[in-house]
Amino acid sequence: MSMEEKQNSQTSLDFNQNVFKPSSREEIVEIVKNCYRKNIPLEINGLKSKNKIGRNFQSEKTLDLSNYKGIIDYKPEELYIKVKAGTPLKEIIEELNKNNQQLAFEPNDFGYLFSGESNSGSIGGVVSCNFAGSRRFKVGSVRDHILGFQGINGKGETIKSGGTVVKNVTGYDLSKLISGSFGTLTILTELSIKVLPKPETSKTLVIKNPHLKKALDYLGKGLSSSTDPSGGVFYPDYFGKNFVLNDLTHEGGLTAIRIEGPINSVDQRLNRLSKELGLLDQELSILDNEQSNIFWNRTKNLEVFKNLKDNLLRIVVPISETLQVIQKFKNYDIKYFIDWGGSLIWASFDQLNIKILNEIKDIVKKHQGYITLIKVDEDLKASADIFTIDPIKYKISEKIKRSFDPKRIFNPGKMYTGI
Amino acid sequence: MSSLQMPKVDSAIMSEKDRIASDLRGIINSKNVLSSPDELRPFETDGLTAYRQMPLLVVMPETVKEVSQILQYCNQNKIKVVPRGAGTGLSGGSMPLEDCVLIAMGKFNKIIEVDYENRCVVTQPCVTNLAITHAVQDKGFYYAPDPSSQIACSIGGNVAENSGGVHSLKYGATTNNLLGIEVVLMDGTITRFGGKAMDAEGYDFLGLMTGSEGLLGVITEVTVKILKSPEVVKAALVGFPSIEDAGNCVAQIIAEGCIPAGMEIMDKALTKATNDYSKAGYPTDAEAMMIIEFDGTEHEVEAYIGKAKEIAEKNNSSSLKISKSNEERLKFWAGRKAAFPACGVLAPDYMCMDGSIPRGKLAEVLNEISRLSKKYKLPVANAFHAGDGNLHPLIMFDANDKESLRKCEEFGADILKYCVKVGGALTGEHGVGIEKRELMCEAFNDKDIQQQLTIKVALDPNSLLNPGKVYPILRKCAEEGRVHVHGGKTKFPDIPRF
Repeated sequence: MSMEEKQNSQTSLDFNQNVFKPSSREEIVEIVKNCYRKNIPLEINGLKSKNKIGRNFQSEKTLDLSNYKGIIDYKPEELYIKVKAGTPLKEIIEELNKNNQQLAFEPNDFGYLFSGESNSGSIGGVVSCNFAGSRRFKVGSVRDHILGFQGINGKGETIKSGGTVVKNVTGYDLSKLISGSFGTLTILTELSIKVLPKPETSKTLVIKNPHLKKALDYLGKGLSSSTDPSGGVFYPDYFGKNFVLNDLTHEGGLTAIRIEGPINSVDQRLNRLSKELGLLDQELSILDNEQSNIFWNRTKNLEVFKNLKDNLLRIVVPISETLQVIQKFKNYDIKYFIDWGGSLIWASFDQLNIKILNEIKDIVKKHQGYITLIKVDEDLKASADIFTIDPIKYKISEKIKRSFDPKRIFNPGKMYTGI
Repeated sequence: MSSLQMPKVDSAIMSEKDRIASDLRGIINSKNVLSSPDELRPFETDGLTAYRQMPLLVVMPETVKEVSQILQYCNQNKIKVVPRGAGTGLSGGSMPLEDCVLIAMGKFNKIIEVDYENRCVVTQPCVTNLAITHAVQDKGFYYAPDPSSQIACSIGGNVAENSGGVHSLKYGATTNNLLGIEVVLMDGTITRFGGKAMDAEGYDFLGLMTGSEGLLGVITEVTVKILKSPEVVKAALVGFPSIEDAGNCVAQIIAEGCIPAGMEIMDKALTKATNDYSKAGYPTDAEAMMIIEFDGTEHEVEAYIGKAKEIAEKNNSSSLKISKSNEERLKFWAGRKAAFPACGVLAPDYMCMDGSIPRGKLAEVLNEISRLSKKYKLPVANAFHAGDGNLHPLIMFDANDKESLRKCEEFGADILKYCVKVGGALTGEHGVGIEKRELMCEAFNDKDIQQQLTIKVALDPNSLLNPGKVYPILRKCAEEGRVHVHGGKTKFPDIPRF
């Protein structure tokens, strides 16, 4: 028996299989060490809710982390939860609900887009993609809530950074670096995440308005006011009918601003907000707590794009640029809605091809933004860049990749060629 | 003074001082290259005054291009570089090395753009933290992170250290309020991470750079988000008969779903010292005193203050005062903010520690500190950012007595080790610098540290940028010094600390 075989025989792992489904950290370490030695690339998966996002790449083996799950430690009074990376987000949210707490960054559920039903994925996937929901401008992104992690680097070494306390400046903040790295730097094993109390109530001011310019004006004023909103979206006319709610009879375009907190305060702020925006009674509706939650869940779940046949692009620009960017998109047949109080555009383009895509990219770049291809057809996926990067950052990214994963065995090419 | 091992001095560089100065004068305005001892003296230390070292040279660039050319030159000639902002850091992050070129960023002192539409400010790095708020407050905005030294500390330094402040529980530290930076890498590369559009794609280099203590790049521009000032701010001053009661009160306030803007605890020793110093009206008979501050709309603040009051009473509060005016609220804080000079009255010297602990461990950690205080026969006073678990014990000693200093340093190291043991961190907001460098192996194992070092090597292969900081030299776990204050005086005695 060779040394390698001896090592492998320590666990029940069969290295001839194509999909590994480890349930312990030791197994993951062994798999990675083996792949490191033999130069075998690994595709890393959680619950596959977002695995269609990113470039296609060749990998001999798949590491499926869906069995590596469970809540390790949850301390509501310390405002953190420590979980294994393969834990379903749903399970974490259910646990937090018991203590009236939440993950304030309300991550997107891409299940509706890709498969027509909810699949909020695993927490490891949520962190690896770093796509935050509507509270982004108020509470930060996913990465802002990661207190610490444990992971396995490309050599099979277990590394950690951060901890469970909110204030910690000991060493480089690697929790930030692994957030949004699409599994290309480490295999996440444990995550310590900041949790926050759920607001006592959430209400939403919905303004009947089909015009983008007016909507951005409302959102800008709302977000710059002391009423402290926690969500701001605009849906054009064609999406209005997706929100049939008791308190919302209007079916056309709408601007919605969410206010959260103690009940008295929410009412006071809603009142002030509608006055500051100069709204007449007939122009607005107020969604109560339950309906407000339904509304923002649908937004978070991208439900207006449920079962979308076409493509979906995620475009982020400074708020000041949104109007001009959308105006320039008028040359194309486009369906979009706007989140993050004006700076996130979710857009689907009819007849998207590489030429149109490059034109769109140019527009976005000129307006200091960036664009991520969330869903595109396979032809386009093969020829287009899913993420954009400039040569300097590419060079730095290459070096950082090598420092974690010297043989490029983790999701090689998922973000960029050569990384 | 404790000896501190720093990277080996390059004698070839030392002997080439005049040539290097002359070369640098060819790159930037010659009057911005300082080389005489009198000119170098002001840069020999930062806020960690226990350690002093004159640099080889000081350069004061005026443009990003100059910063790039200086770094390129130093990289090519293998000259160590130490970046410096306002020099108020408390962990020795900008302490010079004998053979280094110190880049003093003081001339980068202008706010470039105030952008209300995108609710952000673009600024040069040596603008002070408070100046950002000053620039936007007439329109009712402010910049949230508020390290106590905000009147003097630079925003670039805040980014390098990921500075916090008393309001970081609700509003986060620097990293959570930062949108973008322009940075120059050791090889002279100029690049931007982040910008006015949130969450730039790709690896989060903005997050990596923040808190990297000047080891990965020199920051030349900063974009921060600004917030609308809250309509109402109110504080409650609460006395407790025991630390346990105060600790339980903190835990229950959080558990009830209230997130205060700030929540501070001081022990009896510090309450008395600060009250004597600033006549803040503190309950000096209480074993622990807490300031809880809420902000928001009137109804919101009233609701939370009411809830906090109820919880405090349930936890045996011995006194409770709610601010009736902004003046009264500021008076509550005046004592807390004067903790440094107030302690100067108690002992000739003291060291300020900075550890982070789970909130629920407060009583346990303070009991341990009190046990250690008896063991080392050195008095201690404690301030605590209770909301986010950041503890600042102040150990009294006499620097003229070598044995006293040695004991103080050992005491301090024991406290930090205990913080790690209960699940906390070595540093909550002051950074590792040279101060806690040798304690890093308490928090991390070799593999963890090695991973961090490979990142350093990836961006600075010759380890020329701020070497000898953050990571242990030879990985020995010795006990090093802390923020040392003599006679209540730091280098800038009038700047509020921690």
